[in-house]
Amino acid sequence: MAEIRIEHLRKQFGSFVAVQDSSFVVHDGEFLALLGPSGCGKTTTLRMIAGLELPSSGKIYLDGEDVTFNRASARDIAFVFQLFALYPHMNVRKNIGFPLLSQGMPKAEIRSRVEETARLLQISHILDRSVSGLAGGDRQRVALGRAIVRRPKCFLMDEPLGTLDAEFREVMVHELRELHNRIHATTVYVTHDQHEAMAMADKIAVMNHGVIEQFGTPQEIYSKPATMYVADFIGSPPMNFMRFTASLQKGARTVCLDGIDVAVPEVRQDMAEGELALGVRPEHIRFSDAALLRGAVYGSEYLGTNQIVAIETRSGLIKARVPANRNFRIGETVGIEFNHTNLALFDCSSGRAVDSTLYSGVRHG
Amino acid sequence: MSSANSAHSVVEPSLTSKRVAGAIVILYALITLIPLVWIFLTSIKSPPDSISYPPKIVFTPTLEGYCNLLTTRTRQTPEYIASLPAPTGTCDEVTRKRNMVIAGPSNFLPRFVNSLVIAFGSTFLAVLLGTLAAYGFSRFRVPLADDLLFFILSTRMMPPIAVAIPIYLMYRELGLSDTAIGMILLYTAVNVSLAVWLLKGFIDEIPREYEEAAMIDGYTRLQAFRKVVLPQATTGIAATAIFCLIFAWNEYAFAALLTSGEAQTAPPFIPTIIGEGGQDWPAVAAGTTIFLVPILVFTILLRKQLLRGITFGAVRK
Repeated sequence: MAEIRIEHLRKQFGSFVAVQDSSFVVHDGEFLALLGPSGCGKTTTLRMIAGLELPSSGKIYLDGEDVTFNRASARDIAFVFQLFALYPHMNVRKNIGFPLLSQGMPKAEIRSRVEETARLLQISHILDRSVSGLAGGDRQRVALGRAIVRRPKCFLMDEPLGTLDAEFREVMVHELRELHNRIHATTVYVTHDQHEAMAMADKIAVMNHGVIEQFGTPQEIYSKPATMYVADFIGSPPMNFMRFTASLQKGARTVCLDGIDVAVPEVRQDMAEGELALGVRPEHIRFSDAALLRGAVYGSEYLGTNQIVAIETRSGLIKARVPANRNFRIGETVGIEFNHTNLALFDCSSGRAVDSTLYSGVRHG
Repeated sequence: MSSANSAHSVVEPSLTSKRVAGAIVILYALITLIPLVWIFLTSIKSPPDSISYPPKIVFTPTLEGYCNLLTTRTRQTPEYIASLPAPTGTCDEVTRKRNMVIAGPSNFLPRFVNSLVIAFGSTFLAVLLGTLAAYGFSRFRVPLADDLLFFILSTRMMPPIAVAIPIYLMYRELGLSDTAIGMILLYTAVNVSLAVWLLKGFIDEIPREYEEAAMIDGYTRLQAFRKVVLPQATTGIAATAIFCLIFAWNEYAFAALLTSGEAQTAPPFIPTIIGEGGQDWPAVAAGTTIFLVPILVFTILLRKQLLRGITFGAVRK
């Protein structure tokens, strides 16, 4: 197993910049999710690590070795494709054994390695079947088997659960994480699904337009978003933004929102007058009749354990996640308060978060 | 309830419609087979039977046509024939009845072998070159790919015979006239454009993930091509090979123009079979019948691949 290090990686297709200037490290045994919408450059990044695409500039190190221009077959990595790419003219056993065959491994050893892998993935019973008749989950397991049989330096997965139906996807998310816990393989996993990323990854890189917006643990990404894009992309419903115009001084502990002072984590940088946004997660909003900030109930969405209530305020529509035991009438006026330690501030012009004590311990900017 | 009657539903065909469809297919097969059956029947008629009018449906079958096709004969006096030892085979016997003796083998067999060598040789070359070119066009960013593909296609736009004279002159200059190599090159050149276009379609259909997976699994691109792409392209390769073979096998105009002796193929040879007092129709029909066999065998051998090709779209994904 190995560490993957990427330095200033850039990829251009003609005039289109797919990946701008990515740098990150995936430590040995870590599970990194590259998360972002389609076309954000996450798959291109993955394919460059795999050697299926050559970078326009930048370096890729595997275990300290510069592999930027090595051919894919010389990198000792495994790749799980979105459509699995199981060889249709081979049965399950041959598919899994195919990477070993290229190494000139003796037949008997291939056989035992394939069977061991099949046991690990619980697919021993389908080893001699043709791959064309397999169900989605089994195809997925065979693809994984082909990846792990070789014990490569790292695994790269390109939306491997994308084609499975929702119910089955949850099972596979669980299985994949289990597998990772057992074999501790350095993994880079590309997905556009935040739930998959959150549930499986040790680290997440959120990408947009070829740029890594934030790189951090799922907790950091969720509660300490570095940009408005990340705050908006992660969470459902996403973070609320309440826009206002003000200037900020270092050490400020309140901001003035529509004439009302709202407590925020201590600001650690000066900001000139400009449009700002107060970022608040739906679950950090509670109702209080005494609160100064008021709004009218616009609608509610019952979710069982809790409900999402949309409130029309003078700073825009915001959504709150509150206990399900209270009924709201549409149009009813409510007072709202925030868990002030969890609030984030953003500079609307750059989209970046304003540094505050919320970001203690996080690489900022 | 009404879904079974709606226009878009897929329903099991009724017995009547199956029977009607079956009858139509059989009728069509009969109509297309009549010329072939006629050729075969003529090949086993005696020369007088073959030209009798009205045509004979009932006759005594004979191998005379095949004997005449494969041998050359000389006319002899009945006394001379009577003095010969007993005939050694069917052909001997048949020939003597017509007051002739077998002088030696005819040119049919070498011409037939020429046809086999030239047709299969050019088919192999065209498919080989076509597969490699199609793979290149399908997978790599070839500069001016569209123009090149159009150029390749445009070689088929002129009727081949329009360039017959220049080719005849070039071949004479290069010493390629009446050589098997020359004919193989010519048919390959004509077929390769068809092969590239047909195979490009088939290879485009094979997702490139398969090769990428194989390359990551430790294979070079060439190994990936051989172990992963080729097995999946067999259908397309089989179909293309049949098309190329049929063209090269049946080609008459160039063969008649460029080959006359050593490298002559069967198509220009068969019409030159002349019997006593005119065309020897049973021998011509016998030659044609034998000529049909290789294509038939080749198609039957590859029919599994061809059928899979037809149903390919339905099975995949």
